[in-house]
Amino acid sequence: MIRIDSVTKRYPDGTVAVDRLSLDIPDRAITVLVGPSGCGKTTTLRMINRMVEPSEGSILLDGRDIRQQPVNTLRRSMGYVIQNAGLFQHRTILDNIATVPRLLGWSKQKARDRAAELMARVGLDTSLAKRYPYQLSGGQQQRVGVARALAADPPVLLMDEPFSAVDPVVRKGLQDELLRIQDELGKTIVFVTHDIDEAVKLGTMVAVLRTGGRLAQFAPPAELLSAPADSFVEDFLGADRGIRRLSFFSAGSLELQTAPVVSVDADAATLAARAEAAPYLLVTDSDGRPLGWSEPDGLTAGAVDRDRLLDHGRPFAPATDSLRAALDGAVLSPTGWAVAVDGEGRVVGVVSQQVIGEAIRAAHTRVARDSAVKAAR
Amino acid sequence: MNVLHFAQAFFSDGSHWHGRDGIPTRLSEHVKYSLEALLFAAAVGLPVGLVTGHYGRGGNALALIATAGRALPSFGLLVLMFIWIGFGMVPVMIPLVVLAVPPILVTTYEAVRSVDPSPVDAARGMGMPESRVLLQVELPVALPLVLSGLRTAAIQIVSTATIAAYVSLGGLGRYIIDGLYQRDYEKVVGGAGLVAGLALATLVVFWAAARLAVSPGVRRSG
Repeated sequence: MIRIDSVTKRYPDGTVAVDRLSLDIPDRAITVLVGPSGCGKTTTLRMINRMVEPSEGSILLDGRDIRQQPVNTLRRSMGYVIQNAGLFQHRTILDNIATVPRLLGWSKQKARDRAAELMARVGLDTSLAKRYPYQLSGGQQQRVGVARALAADPPVLLMDEPFSAVDPVVRKGLQDELLRIQDELGKTIVFVTHDIDEAVKLGTMVAVLRTGGRLAQFAPPAELLSAPADSFVEDFLGADRGIRRLSFFSAGSLELQTAPVVSVDADAATLAARAEAAPYLLVTDSDGRPLGWSEPDGLTAGAVDRDRLLDHGRPFAPATDSLRAALDGAVLSPTGWAVAVDGEGRVVGVVSQQVIGEAIRAAHTRVARDSAVKAAR
Repeated sequence: MNVLHFAQAFFSDGSHWHGRDGIPTRLSEHVKYSLEALLFAAAVGLPVGLVTGHYGRGGNALALIATAGRALPSFGLLVLMFIWIGFGMVPVMIPLVVLAVPPILVTTYEAVRSVDPSPVDAARGMGMPESRVLLQVELPVALPLVLSGLRTAAIQIVSTATIAAYVSLGGLGRYIIDGLYQRDYEKVVGGAGLVAGLALATLVVFWAAARLAVSPGVRRSG
């Protein structure tokens, strides 16, 4: 565990970047430091590998003060990823990744074998091995940066706004990739970002820092969204924290209805029976994939006009998606009903905004009860 | 008779191709003076430029030295040194080195200082010692500029080394000075042509060195 023990960083001109900060960073989890610019999050990160020395307080790694070992030994035991990847433009991708193993005295061959292994691990095609950084896209460069940090298999990974310079689509890919790698490797990751969405998505624990380098709140993301410590944290989370909090509730418990779902080749009797069930019917193709909504009157057995169907919006998958996705599907749907599909995209049922609303209330009650039980203990 | 005829006459005269005053001897003397001066200048300018560039300090002091160095007239310095020290290689080397240090020093300093800071930060954060940060991260990226500083210095040395002949030493300056004294304009033009040719050859050598020494990753992204 990394323990930051009432650390202060004061610069010679009197600026206080970090003010008596204490944090216990859990092992094998992602801890995100988030806050507005000037909140000292990067300074805090850089104090962990001694790129910045604290003015007061100490940082302990597994109970030992980090100043007890030579600074370069400490740094080689911590992977370091920075904003623009910071690749060495004169070295090939493979040699960039092999940097720390080479510093640790591995043979060239062993270091390169390891580097090739890591390219695969971070989702880089090994055909890029002999390329130079300028030949790669921003997203690929950042993957190389992550691979380079992981090369010597350090237990700790320090990441300083690693994904903030790439476009949103690439960023989402990199975030998903990081979560996947973390599932496999279980590193102790300290991740700095100014993006609260990124913090909530990636963090096991999130530390919100305020300007002046003071800790505002240190909590798991769901708790952060449901119970912000003060108005600063609340403002920083943004206006839609209630909606975003729904990401932490599974859509699996929603009660789906199958009665309003009809196949495109249903006969007249089925259509007539289903018309009783709901004001709108969802028409699927013969494989069960959604085509669109229609009023029952507009459907003629055997002659469904696909062009006249209303758009069905974005379907959600109850098995993997959250209530947020379900609600989003219902809000976007012209009928106010969300479409639930299985892994293959086949309709498993539909659900109304009203039912989703009831599920949200139930989830909130459950959380409140759980935390009351926890508090009582 | 025009310049081309002078040159043709000079180079077609067989007696100019051997002996103590022959082209091969004078050319190799000239190359030797130039190389020695360049090595001395690089031995001073490169380390100082690399270290000051790495720490990003001392830029003002360097600019001052460079301006002073450039303001000193090579020929005046030569005569001064000759009177002071006497006959020999040293009075020739001093003005050449003084001429060559500023471009090497200033370009090396600027080259290292302007290296993108993020790879340097990454290198330090990965536990790379400072010496390796300088030699393995900053220098390879700064190399094209560093080489251009050396090239400028080398060309200035090659064209200025002709002054060695003023103090009775050899080199291609011999032809120019003797030719002027003897009113032998074939010799003057031939000597000047050889100096110009040597300067061009220096350019080619540096171009080839850059091709070999600069990583393709730097060459194409720079």
